Amino acid sequence: MNMIAKWVVFLAFALFAVSAMATPVDTYEFKSADNQKRALSLSHQLRCPQCQNQNLVDSNSPVAHDLRLEVYKMVDNGKSEQEIIDFMTSRYGDFVLYKPKLDPKTYILWLGPFGLLIFGLFIGYIFVRKQRIQPTEAGSLSAEQQAELDALLNKNKAK
Amino acid sequence: MKKFVLFIPLVIFLGMGVFLYKGLFLNPKVLDSALEGKPLPAFQLERLEVATDVLSEKDLSGKVSMLNFWATWCPACKYEHPYLLMLSKRNLLPIYGINYRDERALAIKELRNQGDPYTLNIFDKDGRLGLDLGVYGAPETFIVDHNGIIRYRYAGPIDQTVWSQTLYPMIQQLQTEAKADGAS
Repeated sequence: MNMIAKWVVFLAFALFAVSAMATPVDTYEFKSADNQKRALSLSHQLRCPQCQNQNLVDSNSPVAHDLRLEVYKMVDNGKSEQEIIDFMTSRYGDFVLYKPKLDPKTYILWLGPFGLLIFGLFIGYIFVRKQRIQPTEAGSLSAEQQAELDALLNKNKAK
Repeated sequence: MKKFVLFIPLVIFLGMGVFLYKGLFLNPKVLDSALEGKPLPAFQLERLEVATDVLSEKDLSGKVSMLNFWATWCPACKYEHPYLLMLSKRNLLPIYGINYRDERALAIKELRNQGDPYTLNIFDKDGRLGLDLGVYGAPETFIVDHNGIIRYRYAGPIDQTVWSQTLYPMIQQLQTEAKADGAS
């Protein structure tokens, strides 16, 4: 019984997963399968300016439809990836790129994590070094304490 | 020195806090236009009322003007329409209407019924000019200076606040610039 209930839940989720994956259908015929692959991968990297958390392929909005077709056409006309990206950013700004460009405005974005990593390693290094110094200080006993320790150790040996 | 080091995490935390708190109030829908400072793109489009009449960017240049993208399917355009009508009566600057991804008959009917605030009506059926201008939804308004350079893009309906706080001061400044250049 329990097993059946589990299967029902699983199937329900599976159905939802399928419907959530549905994307708008365009009728566009590419000149070659290779062009199609290239155009689709490019459209996945470009963000729809209207529905901001969807890429051009996911989005149903009219502007995404236009841009998608524009990308398809440009690919079919043999435009390079860089030319298409320049076409998009010159109109809609760097915003349409899911992967930000590396320029002075985005240095902190790209290099920040490495900066933080180095900072963390530096802090770690300082702490580790401090820890290392401490035991030698704690380990140095006064002559009196050393004598007491020796006495204790000898006592144990004698037993 | 040691005490100061202990405060570093707090300083970083406060810095991030201020940064992120400000981020909460940013409107993600406000995008910088990539076209500010660039000339108006070339186009060849039909006049809305007369299909045989072809208009180009040359029909617009010469004065500080406003380009307004609108459509009958767009509720926010209906909202800003009365305000545009009022502006057109004040005769401050040419307002060019670009009917964006719409149907000609519907658009003509709409202007006949609601009034026509536009100096010139351009019919951009396929949204080609819209695409070249980076339009992502109607209504959008561009301010173009007397040299045909795009100076400002505003996405959303125009109302009293936007007009008096943002658009009109900018238009007045551009008109002074135009006068200094000797254009009307």
